[in-house]
Amino acid sequence: MTTPTGATTDDDSVLVGSTSDLAANSSADAPSDPGFRGLSPGKLMWRRFLRDRTGVVSGVIVLAFVVIALLAPVISMVYGKDPVTHYGQNADGLLTDSGLPMGPNGGMSGDFWFGLEPGLGRDLFILLIYGIRTSLLIAFAVSLLTTVIGVALGIAAGYLGGKTDYLIGRIIDILMSFPSQIFLIATMPVVTGLLVANNEAQPTWLSFTAVTIVLSLLGWMSLARILRATTLSLREREFVEAAKVTGASPARIIFKELLPNLWTPILVQSTLALPAFVTAEAGLSYLGVGVTEPTPDWGRMIADAAQYLRTDITFLIFPGLAMVLFVLAFNLLGDSVRDAFDPKANR
Amino acid sequence: MLRFLVRRSLGALVILLIISMVTFALFFAIPADPARLYCGKVCSPENLVLIKHSMGLDQSVPMQYWNWLSGIFVGHTYPGGDVPHCDAPCFGWSFVKKDMVLDTLMDRFPTTLSLTVGSAVVFLIFGIGTGMLAAHKQGKAADKIASAASLVATSMQIYVAGPLALWALVYSTDLLDLPTYVPITEDPIGWFTGLLVPWIVLSLIWTANYTRMTRSSMVEQLTEDYVRTARAKGMSGTSVFMRYAWRGAMGTIVTVFGIDLGVLLGGAIITESTFGLHGLGELAIRSFIDSDLSMLVGVTMVAATFIVIFNIVVDAVYALIDPRIRLA
Repeated sequence: MTTPTGATTDDDSVLVGSTSDLAANSSADAPSDPGFRGLSPGKLMWRRFLRDRTGVVSGVIVLAFVVIALLAPVISMVYGKDPVTHYGQNADGLLTDSGLPMGPNGGMSGDFWFGLEPGLGRDLFILLIYGIRTSLLIAFAVSLLTTVIGVALGIAAGYLGGKTDYLIGRIIDILMSFPSQIFLIATMPVVTGLLVANNEAQPTWLSFTAVTIVLSLLGWMSLARILRATTLSLREREFVEAAKVTGASPARIIFKELLPNLWTPILVQSTLALPAFVTAEAGLSYLGVGVTEPTPDWGRMIADAAQYLRTDITFLIFPGLAMVLFVLAFNLLGDSVRDAFDPKANR
Repeated sequence: MLRFLVRRSLGALVILLIISMVTFALFFAIPADPARLYCGKVCSPENLVLIKHSMGLDQSVPMQYWNWLSGIFVGHTYPGGDVPHCDAPCFGWSFVKKDMVLDTLMDRFPTTLSLTVGSAVVFLIFGIGTGMLAAHKQGKAADKIASAASLVATSMQIYVAGPLALWALVYSTDLLDLPTYVPITEDPIGWFTGLLVPWIVLSLIWTANYTRMTRSSMVEQLTEDYVRTARAKGMSGTSVFMRYAWRGAMGTIVTVFGIDLGVLLGGAIITESTFGLHGLGELAIRSFIDSDLSMLVGVTMVAATFIVIFNIVVDAVYALIDPRIRLA
């Protein structure tokens, strides 16, 4: 249990001193690490992370995806194409009458780097880049929401105990027995219906918000369970007892004593959960119940590409590979973050 | 053990009851009008009222729920006379499929079962095998290769690997057959070849998951004190590995496998729609698109039942493997 935050106050360092046996162990494992003394746990974790080559590389890849997503409009300007224009339909000689790209390899050329989308004839490269935005935006939003819900309910169940614990525990049991895929699909129109009364006009943000809410509702349970267990064990520790005896309010105990010790599982779990949200979002869109046209989305691109397997495999290769690379980098990053925080965890 | 099973089964029934209520509330809150859809394009208001009446949609949702719940035990007669009497256990009548929900579910289940069992056999054997090998050769080349390969495969999604496999094995090369389901009782060879591509894809991804899991729990067990004690008293590496560490790791694997099996038997929506197989998962998404509410409730309950049952089985098996766990 270490506090990753750089802003470690004096008062926390006492607390860390009593709970950082893991960090102390790791410095014993690696005697070459100079000057353990005086390093905040956050810095220590950062150092350990930098020594992990795989972690750094995957971190750079993830960062690259984020930067590309942020710079998508700039890239679109430099590249000279946007994700909504139907290039193939507007110009002759790009798509055949049946809507397939004329050029070899799905119409890949100097003008269209990754080729053209069959049918509508949009530019695949720019669709793919804008697709990162959709994926990342939803995945980050879901991560944030599930973390907030999971932290609040997990700590409440663990710290308050009694009836609260029982109630939250049963809610988690029931939600975990739900066939999640069916419920993800079936709650989509319900949430959409709640957000707008009129089904005729569906603004772009609507499917975003609906997907985010639905994934969050069914995604917070595992974090809450872990935090409940950790809080239960922390509650009995001396520093919490001491705080109670000195008359600290429950709010102070939760925010100043418990939360700093829970940052590690929170951060590790969120990083590990993020790729799962990326694939869940793409899965919903793949099934046709996620993000709607004209917002570019990888899941929907893959679903569309699956219709052209016989004739145009390029359409599938690019979004497919991008998806695998993205998820792989995130998975590796998650593993490395866990290792950096908790060097005793085995891989 | 008996007391445990009775107590857990009662708990499971309560959970299933709550899930069925939530399902009902949720699905009937879907902004769709099944009666209207069923009535067709040219729909006179009188006709719509009649259809609503025969579907039971003119009653309140709690009343509809009660009809559904009591139907399971005593059967249900639909008003209007168009629909045959639904004998107990009655899970309702699908106005879209014009068939009993239970019959459709029974019809679809063998596909899902074949898909699950076929791939589970492969991924259990290969996943655990590779994982144990990797843990045994920890840090060596074999471990690194197995770990890297399983990490890549685990990052593949069925909707990526599935279409790619269809392209590589079926469309462009004609190596294997297009996925279809033929009952094993009719044609065992057709059953095997028809499901081969989905099995390969599912096995690939799940083998990777199980390799990772087996390896990490074995590695964890190997650092435990009891393993060190066994080594210290001079037991050979292999028997420590097989008789001590493996026994410890088995608990985790059984737990995860049981939960996965429960989820898989309820229908794999993405897998079945990717390969065009008509199992429970495909039925779920189809009923959703068609606003076939009674069918959707039926599929959901089947899936939930599998999850709940396998949770109990897992706990019971865990106690058998690890005698320290007492079932109360």
